[in-house]
Amino acid sequence: MKVLAIDTATEQCSVALRLEGRTIEERAMTARGHAEMLLPMVERVMVEAGCTLADLDGLAFGRGPGAFTGVRIAVGAIQGISLGSGLPVVGISTLAAVAQQFAGTGEAVLVCMDARMNEVYWGVYARGGDGRLTLQGTEGVGPAESVFLDDPRVVMGVGTGFHAYSVLKGRFPGLRIDDTALPRASDIACLGELALRRGEGLQASGAQPVYLRDQVAWVSAAQVK
Amino acid sequence: MRVLGIETSCDETAAAVFDGERGLLGARLYSQIALHAEYGGVVPELASRDHVRKLVPLIEGVLEDAGITLADLDGVAYTAGPGLAGALLVGASVAQGLAWARGLPAVGVHHLEGHLLAPMLEPEPPEFPFLALLVSGGHTLLASVASQGDYQILGSSLDDAAGEAFDKTAKLLGLPYPGGPELARIAESGRPGRFSFPRPMLHRPGLDFSFSGLKTAVVVAVRGVPLDDQVRADVARAFQEAVVDTLEAKCARALQATGLPTLVVAGGVGANRMLRARLKALGHRTGVRVYYPRPEFCTDNAAMIAYAGHQRLAAGQRDSLAIRAMARWPLNQLRPPGEHAA
Ligand SMILES: Nc1ncnc2c1ncn2[C@@H]1O[C@H](COP(=O)(O)OP(=O)(O)OP(=O)(O)O)[C@@H](O)[C@H]1O
Ligand SMILES: [Mg+2]
Repeated sequence: MKVLAIDTATEQCSVALRLEGRTIEERAMTARGHAEMLLPMVERVMVEAGCTLADLDGLAFGRGPGAFTGVRIAVGAIQGISLGSGLPVVGISTLAAVAQQFAGTGEAVLVCMDARMNEVYWGVYARGGDGRLTLQGTEGVGPAESVFLDDPRVVMGVGTGFHAYSVLKGRFPGLRIDDTALPRASDIACLGELALRRGEGLQASGAQPVYLRDQVAWVSAAQVK
Repeated sequence: MRVLGIETSCDETAAAVFDGERGLLGARLYSQIALHAEYGGVVPELASRDHVRKLVPLIEGVLEDAGITLADLDGVAYTAGPGLAGALLVGASVAQGLAWARGLPAVGVHHLEGHLLAPMLEPEPPEFPFLALLVSGGHTLLASVASQGDYQILGSSLDDAAGEAFDKTAKLLGLPYPGGPELARIAESGRPGRFSFPRPMLHRPGLDFSFSGLKTAVVVAVRGVPLDDQVRADVARAFQEAVVDTLEAKCARALQATGLPTLVVAGGVGANRMLRARLKALGHRTGVRVYYPRPEFCTDNAAMIAYAGHQRLAAGQRDSLAIRAMARWPLNQLRPPGEHAA
């Protein structure tokens, strides 16, 4: 299978092409440059692989959670690419993508991603039948104090939430911590391929963000134009 | 050349197809008014979330209306600014992703250039050069337009835009959101002479505008006055007269100063019936031809973006693969099609 994947949900912008199990990836750290660099990165990766859209089987994107505006850059671009090519598209959780980086390290991980405003996006991922780390329960958003663990298999805490909120390390003293991991398009391509094989591919308009933070209570009067 | 236009700069999601030979082939628009009504104004994050849900189905719909497929397109144009950054990014990302996937050229269009050129979509379009009065929710300006992309700003609002003044005054009167068109509607049944408001900056030289004082005058005038429907209508009438008088006088002054033979009126307030009638009469008196877009192309739409983008693409202008979204983008930074823009 051949899958193109993109992610712009965090301060890392990444693009990957998965070609029958082999992966080409390009990544860059950027505060606000995602919109400018995304498509040139896609173009370079495609050229490097000598690949055109017609050679691909599907598309994948980091659907969130993450920075709202950032997530929508990948979603908008992948909607356009899917509409233009007719390729099916799947959205992959950025938390799940972070978890995959540790698939070789342990049976289960707690992922906490900095959500700003004193909150984290978080979820627990444990090894499933296919060897992948899959979501246990649901993903959530809330203050670091609201994160809880009832799965003894969890041996690692990963993600930028552990860096942003030291209280998390205190809450789970037994865990090994990696507080720098960010989602990568290579993992999104890999999870995307599995989802596409399961027949979960959607048409362009089905590519949508998952914000987790959906309540509009944070809509202050100051935000009204 | 056949161009898809995409507009998501504020609270309207829109797509249109313009064909250089056959004209406008289709235009669809989805308004988010109901979404923002309970907040009394546009909530940027909610606007962006809605654009990302609505845009692709709108594009599919407009292609169907036009009786074409993506394979029949020669280019993609999108609003690259000015506007709400997050909202702009949705249209820009979809447009650039689509253009890249189809190997089509893409161009980012200035939203106000779109407004200024909207009358070009009418059966009898104006000819360059012309004087343009742009009166929208975010802008009020007079510009001398030598050609597309060659704009000399002669005057602009020092504070509130004309549309903003309509909306704020409507809110003061307790009219439902969005207030501007509603205020204009009730003004029709207002009695003349019940209220009188200042004509801001009319007695000062120059072509700048100021509307915030007018709003304050309304606040003062209605203080302690019970607001029944008739009083609301009376205030609306007097307010509208003050705005229209001011716009008319500044247009007359600008026409005289520039000697331009044509006046183009664009932007949401250009849909105002009283303004249209008064400027038409001004044209009759002075021998100036006056042009407007049809009312639905006065407010935000994608037809104007498809048209402006078509002119630029047809002249060979092409953007890089960068997804462009500029919340601020001064109009006078633009260059004519082909001469590469900022
Ligand atoms: N009939 C009318 N009379 C007066 N004002 C009107 C009328 N119809 C619309 N408007 C006003 O026009 C404005 C909307 O116009 P438009 O869509 O061009 O502005 P915008 O896109 O919000 O601003 P900009 O284009 O400057 O970013 C609103 O302020 C609205 O109140
Ligand atoms: Mg507008």
